Amino acid sequence: MKTVTLPVAYIPLVDAAPLIVAQEMGFAEAEGLNLDLIQAPSWSSVRDMLSFGRVDAAHMLSPIPVAMALGLGGVSTALSAVSVMSVNGDVIGVNRHLADHLKAAGYQFDFKDPVAAGRALSYVHPTPIRFGVPFPFSMHVELLHYWMDAAGVAAPGAEIKVIPPPLMAEALAAGEIDAFCVGEPWGSIAVENGSGELLLPGAAIWKFSPEKVLAVRSEWAETEPHLLGRLSRATWQAGRWLASPSNMALASEILARKTYLDVPALIIERSLTGRLIISPRGDARQVDRFIEFHHGVANFPWRSQAAWIANQIAGRVGLDRHTAIEAARSVFRSDLYRRDIAPLGAEMPGASEKVEGSIREATAVASDAGKLFLLEDGFFDGRIFDPTAED
Amino acid sequence: MIDRLSIVVVEKDRDRAVQIVDALTAETDHEVFVITAETGLARHVADRQPDIVLIDIDNPSRDTLEELTLASGPLERPVAMFVTGTGGDLVKQAVEAGVSAYVVDGLKPERLSPVLDAAIARFQMFKQMRLELDEAKRALEDRKVIDRAKGVLMKARGVTEDEAYALLRKAAMDQGRRMAEVAEALVTAAGLLS
Repeated sequence: MKTVTLPVAYIPLVDAAPLIVAQEMGFAEAEGLNLDLIQAPSWSSVRDMLSFGRVDAAHMLSPIPVAMALGLGGVSTALSAVSVMSVNGDVIGVNRHLADHLKAAGYQFDFKDPVAAGRALSYVHPTPIRFGVPFPFSMHVELLHYWMDAAGVAAPGAEIKVIPPPLMAEALAAGEIDAFCVGEPWGSIAVENGSGELLLPGAAIWKFSPEKVLAVRSEWAETEPHLLGRLSRATWQAGRWLASPSNMALASEILARKTYLDVPALIIERSLTGRLIISPRGDARQVDRFIEFHHGVANFPWRSQAAWIANQIAGRVGLDRHTAIEAARSVFRSDLYRRDIAPLGAEMPGASEKVEGSIREATAVASDAGKLFLLEDGFFDGRIFDPTAED
Repeated sequence: MIDRLSIVVVEKDRDRAVQIVDALTAETDHEVFVITAETGLARHVADRQPDIVLIDIDNPSRDTLEELTLASGPLERPVAMFVTGTGGDLVKQAVEAGVSAYVVDGLKPERLSPVLDAAIARFQMFKQMRLELDEAKRALEDRKVIDRAKGVLMKARGVTEDEAYALLRKAAMDQGRRMAEVAEALVTAAGLLS
């Protein structure tokens, strides 16, 4: 097989790991690929590089291709999410001032319960809290809104501002925002430099949220099916490698390199192992499935996940929900995933949609070859989202 | 005057900002504002109600402008990145040159093209200058490490400076590597051995 060099854009975040590992650990090479990993300065840049053909694939916030399919955000190239690169991995944090008030009010920082956190926040800060997020179309925004809007939760509400993650700690210290929702390592960096404390992991709000996807131009997917298959398989293999606890230390070392995240390996290891340090005093919390690269068919792009994202965005910006859901469904390409990943012997679910939030404990479901296990995917308020039952 | 466009340029570097403004106003009398602040960028831009916003693609604060693309954002008029129908080529050139433009919905391509052309030309020049600067820096770094490697060789093998240089050059040619790479390896190894 002739080696092909493929330009791929990414943002320096822990969840770019599958692409970086695919290149560094030889999974790309095994598929005859050399990934030319291009670090982008912003998500808009990633989107533009992919849309206008500077790169052929990208690490991307899962709501970006969905929003584009809904005609939002100014660029309209059709993109396909060919797999979910990572599930979960965001953290919500507050500035020291707010943290001190929460503590004075007796809040325990359990790093677990969004209802208690929301109640405590509204007690010390009754007006909407200014949250910094990396991008207007992001799981960060969706999780914050879901948390603040959920029925019956006493929460102060969120005023959302876009801040580039590297400037988040600065904005927090300057009082431009009160809190943030951001991907690792930036939450841990805010703790490390003393500007913030962590309040909740994203997984506390939704136990199984599709965070980043592997995105390509839909047109490219049509014209280069073989290259796409090779890229999908290399990334999938990297995800499986990342799921093994014995590889955590090495993965952290690789990501820490100057060319990639340029952040101490020990800080990266926190999110990979789910053992987060939540305060500058060193309080630690263990989080189950803080970030997931493989287990529970994590990489399968469920059409219902795209539908959930579309439903949330449509509700906020005033689009017709039904039309939005229809448009979004075809963005998450479970068809291509099945075609490209099945040759690796991976189990494939029988269906391509599920009722999001309905799995309360690890459950065996029918797969093409027998059975496979899906993991808990509940929302903190117990609601479910049935993509076929929308009025 | 009805034909004047209001253009906002987001650029921290004063010299670059001046050059962009000069390029944009050279042939037309568009109204050009420069915004240097990174905090509250979206608000500052929205306050100006511009027709076009130009920003360096490498500016990480660019994402804050994405808020403007939502009609419900602080700007009443929806903004798109490039007008639809402008033609992919112009867009591609802009992305290559390193400039991104946000344009108010409905602005005609023929109004946008001259502005974008001028911006693209200017940004291409910046890019060229940056490449040359990087090249000069690298040459300087190379020379430094080669000098140190020569020193290591002169000391270890008791050779003259010219001989040391010849040794390095031969090693580089034999291995098909850059001389600076060989010098770097030698300096690192010498550091470990001493």
